[in-house]
Amino acid sequence: MAPRVVALAVLALLVAGPFLPMGGLRPYVLHVVIQIYIWAFIGGAWSLMGRFGLVSLGHGAFLGLGAYTTTLLWNFYGLTPWLGTPAAAALTALLALVVAYPCSRFRILGHYFALVTLAVGEVVRLLIVAERDWTGGSLGLTLRPAASDASLLAAQYADKRVFYYAALLVWLGGLWVWRRLDRSMTRSAMEAIGEDEVAAASVGIHVTRFKLAVTVLSAVLTALGGVLYAQYITYVNPETLSGIGVSLRIVFAVVLGGMYSLLGPTVGTALTVSLSEYLRVVFGVKFIGMAETIYGLLLMLFIIFLPSGIYGSLHDLLRRRRPAGAGARA
Amino acid sequence: MIEPIFLAEAAVNGLLLGGVLALLALGLNLIFGVLDIVWVAYVDLVMLCMYLVYFLVMLYGWPVWLAGLAGVALGVALGVAVHLLIITPILSSPPINQFLATGGLLFFVQSFATFLWTTDHRSVRLALPIIEVGGMFLSFARLAAFTLSILALLGLYLFLTRTYIGTAIRAVSQDREAMALMGASPQRVYVVTSAVGGAMAGLAAALLSIQYSVHPHFGAAFGPITFMICVLGGLGNMVGAFVASFVMSEIISVGGVVWSTEMGYVIAFALFIVMMFVRPGGILARRD
Repeated sequence: MAPRVVALAVLALLVAGPFLPMGGLRPYVLHVVIQIYIWAFIGGAWSLMGRFGLVSLGHGAFLGLGAYTTTLLWNFYGLTPWLGTPAAAALTALLALVVAYPCSRFRILGHYFALVTLAVGEVVRLLIVAERDWTGGSLGLTLRPAASDASLLAAQYADKRVFYYAALLVWLGGLWVWRRLDRSMTRSAMEAIGEDEVAAASVGIHVTRFKLAVTVLSAVLTALGGVLYAQYITYVNPETLSGIGVSLRIVFAVVLGGMYSLLGPTVGTALTVSLSEYLRVVFGVKFIGMAETIYGLLLMLFIIFLPSGIYGSLHDLLRRRRPAGAGARA
Repeated sequence: MIEPIFLAEAAVNGLLLGGVLALLALGLNLIFGVLDIVWVAYVDLVMLCMYLVYFLVMLYGWPVWLAGLAGVALGVALGVAVHLLIITPILSSPPINQFLATGGLLFFVQSFATFLWTTDHRSVRLALPIIEVGGMFLSFARLAAFTLSILALLGLYLFLTRTYIGTAIRAVSQDREAMALMGASPQRVYVVTSAVGGAMAGLAAALLSIQYSVHPHFGAAFGPITFMICVLGGLGNMVGAFVASFVMSEIISVGGVVWSTEMGYVIAFALFIVMMFVRPGGILARRD
């Protein structure tokens, strides 16, 4: 079967998803799938940098900045998230530039880049906690409810199907951006930079410009994911939206799926989100922490035994089976 | 305006905190220098040792020093176990996988502690005196912790410079391939390093448990600052990490008094980021 046919069939299934018969489980299933779309989108945004060796452990900074910007603007000034989102994107782009420019200029790479971004994520989290007078500190903040159940102005809808389609669209948009980047000159340039910066510069690649472009793109998309998540959950919290915990979770999902393939981040996210949901349902409130314990254990096992990710490993396996030449990158 | 005496008190408390942070940072830095792997879950292992000390003292009525020794023993066991079970299989993996494997350990330890002992804050209650020096109030527990950690650091220094295996550890951290060519077994050096790093974690746990209460998120509170100190001092550079511990602890302590605890950490992290740009090799690195 041609890959295109399979893709269209899956897409049709996803579009029809909210109308399939699921009995009383429908809201719950939709809730899980919406979360998978949003986090897969964010994971994809992360992998735009990660696949070129720019391993960021501070994407929580962009996520939190995006979500808090729109939420605070709406709660305190009544500014609609439709206008808040460009503001959030602009702020995130600024933060990304402020971090990425010196990193590129002073050639902060590898471990060091990871730790600098980790510190940035922590700074954002701590600032949110410190400004507790209007951010609500570590207790978080609830979005001011809109007047009606379905408000376009507030981008708040009680009906989960609205968010289902919004998240589906955003996720597809993320895949499109990934594919565009994958087939662009930027990819070749970034891969050259990832191999050897000096050599790349010597053949005329503007190292800083490409790095900044990729970082800003990744950061802005992450912020958009944060805004969408905040609008859907209608609650923001520094622990769930910034800091080390969430930053590591994004990276885990992507590495688990495989960061060098289009669907890797999605496969990884679908797996981690459903796994943690499943464990949460099994253990419920009786054994608090047990679900997370198993989650951590499985992550360690996956990283040790499937180093190139699940989707990546499957992909490699399939390619090895096929005769050389026919196995062009799907 | 803040009274100068409070600032002085904060500065002295920062100095005392620095001693314990130095112990944490040097343990992690030793492992990093030799294995070239960051143990993301290092401070979470410290937390496990703190729980042991807490239960031995508060539940079984052990004297603190004996419980502390038990904590050190647990630290050694954990260090060796982590090395054999998690680090050995991923020694040659890409750095991101190494980061994530120990990051998975962080999730595991943190949630397992939540599961076993809930999120309650538990503290070892000891009737230790508060000493007044020139109008400043200093806790005896902190003074004792500071003294012991400085002694331990001295011991580590002697171990690394005066013993055969210590010399081997330093040799591996300088050139891993050459060491293997000389016929030494890197695996043995790795295990000893992890055990020593674990012992430092256990000792730090004993000293921290008399000043801080332990809870499952203890690692999340002290972990990031410990990495920052290692990098600020220069990864693998012991003296640098020692100096960096005091710089960071002073900022946190004084900043915490002047503004708020969070702002103290924000300034410390911001300084870390800026220092990374200015002196990427660490504060004591020679410019080349």
